[in-house]
Amino acid sequence: MRILEKQKNLVDFTLSSLLRRKGKNTALLVVYTFMIFLLASVMFFTGSIKKEAALVLEGAPEITVQRLVAGRHDLIPAAYLEAVREIRGVRSAAPRLWGYYYDFTSGANFTLMVDESLKDSPGVVHVGSGVLRTLMSPEHGTIPIKASDGSFHFFEIHHVFPAESDLVASDLVLMCEQDYRKVFSIPDGFATDLVLEVRNPKELTTIAGKITQLLPDTRPILRDEILRTYEAVFDWRGGVLVVILWGSVLAFVIFAWDKATGLSAEEKREIGVLKAVGWETSDVLVMKFWEGMIISLSSFLTGVVLAYLHVFFSSSVLFEPVLKGWSVLYPDFRLTPFIDGTQLAGLFFLTVVPYTVTTIVPSWRAAVIEPDSVMR
Amino acid sequence: MFERKSHRFFAWLGVGLVLMGFMGIHAAYRRNADTPMLRGKGQMVRRLALTDLCLFTDARYARNPVLADLNTPFQDCPLSLEHFPSGSLLPVPPHLGVHPAR
Repeated sequence: MRILEKQKNLVDFTLSSLLRRKGKNTALLVVYTFMIFLLASVMFFTGSIKKEAALVLEGAPEITVQRLVAGRHDLIPAAYLEAVREIRGVRSAAPRLWGYYYDFTSGANFTLMVDESLKDSPGVVHVGSGVLRTLMSPEHGTIPIKASDGSFHFFEIHHVFPAESDLVASDLVLMCEQDYRKVFSIPDGFATDLVLEVRNPKELTTIAGKITQLLPDTRPILRDEILRTYEAVFDWRGGVLVVILWGSVLAFVIFAWDKATGLSAEEKREIGVLKAVGWETSDVLVMKFWEGMIISLSSFLTGVVLAYLHVFFSSSVLFEPVLKGWSVLYPDFRLTPFIDGTQLAGLFFLTVVPYTVTTIVPSWRAAVIEPDSVMR
Repeated sequence: MFERKSHRFFAWLGVGLVLMGFMGIHAAYRRNADTPMLRGKGQMVRRLALTDLCLFTDARYARNPVLADLNTPFQDCPLSLEHFPSGSLLPVPPHLGVHPAR
């Protein structure tokens, strides 16, 4: 109990001492909190979007086979489909028909894709909510598409994917094969690419090797590469944000370092007086420890809570311009919070601990010299 | 009860910790509530055999980075530099790098 009472007295004294230099310490607290808020926001955002991307893309095709002609992606003939089906270990292979469509009225790019479930519904499309947002008059329930021969086709919108699926379907326009071939004038017997399922996932690279041997003008892309791509995309983007913030982080480090390591004459005199009235060196150090803890712990807790509200309640409103780019159709998605305790602990040890330690060291130097020489 | 400064500080610290706790509870709740939505998105990816997320729609290689070639950003003209802004926010996919990781 006595120890607890002593610590409470020390905290009382430290808080009074901090309040005597109210302006300086409030400025430090605000900047420190803002810094932690920014870093934690980047951490929460990249962590959650990476996790969500990995979960969603678990169902991506195991192998996608593209045909390349003169280094460019080209249509793949149906004969290739038969050839890959013959490869031992391939469970199923299917053609995919998809392509890009630039809608000049809205200036947006759509992804037109064939959906097998619409094979008996010519003239009908299912669209992502982003497509509907860009239409000039969505109330008509139709979407005009200019075919490659210059003619216009009006498709009836029978279904709009909910906004929650924007991360994967914002720009999708699903239609039947017949309509798709009509719009792009793609002859029968050709597909955009092939998607494969294999019996044993351990054989993926072997099968990919067999495909390139059998069909040298093709390029197989594995699901693992898809997942790695998105891991890299979000690491990169988090990195870009950190680089943008780097200047402010550095300015804060200099500010905090200066504040924490360079004791002012007033602070030195205070330590001298405390020593003269009978405080032990250890008491002075504990008081300085509390000073560091009060500032850094308050900033850490406030910064982290504010970052959580920013990312998961306001859809990262501050980062939006960086993430949105110029895309007209950019999905308006809400992230599911995935908090990584290790990352949070990392942020704690990189912010709270160094600051607290740097406040103690100069105080120890001031506390070990004779009180009269410090006060003089 | 809060007449001493230390009491007020510890109360403030307590509030912060409780809020952090709420953060964890809220995250767990939202994860559970969002599971059907995430599963739905996963099923859509599986059904339509999608390879990419819809993050940028301004350029082909930004809409489908997984399916892009190294020359894609330059293919409109052999000497043209990539000019879409999203290119700065998307790194080259690892499997297209100088030493592709496979």
